[in-house]
Amino acid sequence: MGIEVGVPERDHRRAARGTLAEVFTGFMLNTWLAATVVAVVAGVLGFFIVLRGAAFIAHAVPNGAFAGAAAASLLGLSTLLGLGTFAVGGALGISWLSRRGRQDVVTALALVVMLGLGSLFLSLSREYAAEIFSLLFGDVVGVNRAELPPILGLGLVCVIATLLLFRPLTLSAVMPEAGEARGVRASRMELSFVLLVALATTMTVPIVGAFLMFSLMVAPAAAARSLTARPGIAMGLAVGIALIIIWLAIALAYVCAWPIGFFVGALGAGSYGLARGWDYYHLRGPNRRQLAEGPVG
Amino acid sequence: MEEELARVDADQVLKLEGVSVWLGGRQVLRDVSFAIREGEMTGLIGSNGAGKTTIFRVILGLQRASAGRIWIRPGARSGPDPAIGYVPQTVVLDPDMPLRARDVVGLGLDGHRIGIPFPSRQRRRLIDEMIEAVDASSFADKRVGRLSGGEQRRILIAHALISRPQLLLLDEPLINLDIRSEHEVVELLSRIAREQRIAVLISAHDMNPLLPVMDRIVYVAAGRAASGTTEEVVQPEVLSRLYGRQVDVIRLRDRVLVISGSDDTSAADHEHAHATADPGLV
Amino acid sequence: MLMRPPIQAWSEVGDLMGSIFGPGLFQSSPVQVALIVGTVVAVVSGVVGVFTVVRGQSFSGHALADLGTAGGSGAFLLGVSQLWGFVVIAAVAAGTIDLIGPGRARSRDLATGIVLGAGLGLAALFLYLDTTSSNTSGASMTILFGSIFTIDGGLVPIILGLGVVSLGTVLILYRMLLFSSLSSDMAVARAVPVRLVGIGYLVSLALAVSLSAMTIGAVLSTALLIGPAACALRLTKHPGLALLLAALIGVAVTWVSIVLAYDSFYWPPGGRGWPVSFFVVALIFTLYLLLQLPARRWASKWASRSAIIDARPAGP
Repeated sequence: MGIEVGVPERDHRRAARGTLAEVFTGFMLNTWLAATVVAVVAGVLGFFIVLRGAAFIAHAVPNGAFAGAAAASLLGLSTLLGLGTFAVGGALGISWLSRRGRQDVVTALALVVMLGLGSLFLSLSREYAAEIFSLLFGDVVGVNRAELPPILGLGLVCVIATLLLFRPLTLSAVMPEAGEARGVRASRMELSFVLLVALATTMTVPIVGAFLMFSLMVAPAAAARSLTARPGIAMGLAVGIALIIIWLAIALAYVCAWPIGFFVGALGAGSYGLARGWDYYHLRGPNRRQLAEGPVG
Repeated sequence: MEEELARVDADQVLKLEGVSVWLGGRQVLRDVSFAIREGEMTGLIGSNGAGKTTIFRVILGLQRASAGRIWIRPGARSGPDPAIGYVPQTVVLDPDMPLRARDVVGLGLDGHRIGIPFPSRQRRRLIDEMIEAVDASSFADKRVGRLSGGEQRRILIAHALISRPQLLLLDEPLINLDIRSEHEVVELLSRIAREQRIAVLISAHDMNPLLPVMDRIVYVAAGRAASGTTEEVVQPEVLSRLYGRQVDVIRLRDRVLVISGSDDTSAADHEHAHATADPGLV
Repeated sequence: MLMRPPIQAWSEVGDLMGSIFGPGLFQSSPVQVALIVGTVVAVVSGVVGVFTVVRGQSFSGHALADLGTAGGSGAFLLGVSQLWGFVVIAAVAAGTIDLIGPGRARSRDLATGIVLGAGLGLAALFLYLDTTSSNTSGASMTILFGSIFTIDGGLVPIILGLGVVSLGTVLILYRMLLFSSLSSDMAVARAVPVRLVGIGYLVSLALAVSLSAMTIGAVLSTALLIGPAACALRLTKHPGLALLLAALIGVAVTWVSIVLAYDSFYWPPGGRGWPVSFFVVALIFTLYLLLQLPARRWASKWASRSAIIDARPAGP
């Protein structure tokens, strides 16, 4: 009863492993290119995710994309297509339902529904667990040449759209009422934002995996926020940290065949910890700032 | 900090003497002294940041005073036998929260007890009485998160009162209320103070809604306090000394306006002869 | 029309039952275990879940569950039952959540997210090592998506015991938990040990999540935690009734899911059956959606009253 699994075939994906010198050879080039785009998107979008406190949604949408990839695999369609439709569909669903119910409850339920669907599709399609694994936790050679142009294109669209919406997104996050007064409808911004997350998800999941993609978006931006308060610099820092993380993750994953997701998660947490540590040191160390420790007033 | 003070009147419920509090390198309260008697409505007036919440926290035992003494009538330490009822400033009530208004009031009775409440007729009667006392019978069974601001305030007051405290603290209870609700809440509190001989201490940044019912005022500015009746305290000389700069008081019919003049001296550390006894300062 | 003789009518009922409940359903021992464990898990998750939703901690609850993946896969590596892996990790994670502290919702969610990311990364590593070390991938599927039909019978008493502990803790703390969820300021002023109560609740949460990870998998267990609770909160405003309803809904959904999963053995693609966890999640979500439909009426009724107390900032 339940999902039957057998021994996975040793397909080429799981055998991708080599020395550090080989890491830059031909077939890995796709990965490096795609990864760079992924990191830029993650950093830019991550800035807003942290600003809007949307960590949960950022975690939920990629999980939905997982269902899409599973469906695509079942139906024999392109993975990217499946990812895209389900990511967007899930995003729209969360957005619509959030108006009627509590957002955190809706996000949680939508998340598990999509994951459940994914598990169903995978069990029906006799896909081996290896497929699930690389969808959820990333794959060093998860991108093939044919998928590169769409990924690059999507990435570009995503970054440009986010930067164009920079000001209204910020306004509706920080001062929603003031935004409403200026014609920035909070609901419209929320919808656009969630769609941007869906878009970003579509292109990043093949490499980083559904579970860890949100870590790449959240951790660098959170670290950047601890290091500086200026928005432009914070976004730049987020991109920079994301780039470092993903490059390191790919190299390490390639060398020791451990999953990319592990390195992304660990490095993300590490960089956040370091950033918080520095922030703390700066507050308590030589440049003391007077802080009120309790409520005043 | 809770030793017996030498001079305590029989009907005094709360007394602060020379209380000072330092927080994060800043002196938040300086030498604050006042007393509250049962059955009296006292207004703790001051702008945001003046020190009102800190005073509340000191009274509730959530903040240690760095200097000075605070005395609360015995049998009145907050705990299983709380003789202090507390209504905080903001209670964010989720519209989905599965609590009716009467459940919130019930929590005031035994919310600190272990286990599941045993439904008893006596408990229900107590709750009903309290709900009546605050005029909340019409919405007692509604979800508390769906009530209006004024209705929620009344429920919270009932919650604080049901344990029969002798001191009721309300932190900015009038904030964000419309005029009518404001009036209702003030009337209610005044009635409770008189009828149940409870000492009521209300903090507010605007004293005007409380003027009709305030017996005493404790005016807080820059961490210092002056207490007495409104006539005694809300005077230019007294307030100027408090603020450390020129302050004017305008009385227009039954409203009072406190205006601080141009800021030509630094407010914080301006020394005045506050050690000498002043008429009208308790 | 002739009245059919009673025997025939009964046998038709039997046929109907036979088609709903596949052959041998109730005789099957895995099914019996599944029903017992599923019931316990549903009750515990439903009750604890009500408090989780009320305290606005859905993300933390979900993070705890996801982190269970690392625990389960780690336990598999060590050759220990997954249950202990779930419990240990959940306990550690709950302690971390307590350390993170209440604070402001946004920074708390951020910290939760980062811990979740690290934990999932760890899970990735363990699952990978599981696969390479044991040459099967069965482990990852059951850890992630549950294995209610393959629970070791010997674990049943332990599961029951842990369930009792979790449920008992929440019920003992019932009033204080409600009070501190209402307003921790007021509770502190009444000398309620808010911190301890919070820790007690987190312990119950950790146990509830671990137990439901066994039945429907770590990443899906949020469905049993949040779903029935959310439905119950829509249906009633009485706290005790909400707990009861959440438990009942959870149990009903679990039973139906077990039956459907058993029957699905005969559905396409045949011979394998659909996962129980899928049915649980789908049923709960459908129920929640159905309850949303009249929501518009309630929402507008509430909006028309001026609730002027400071609104909670929007966010997850």
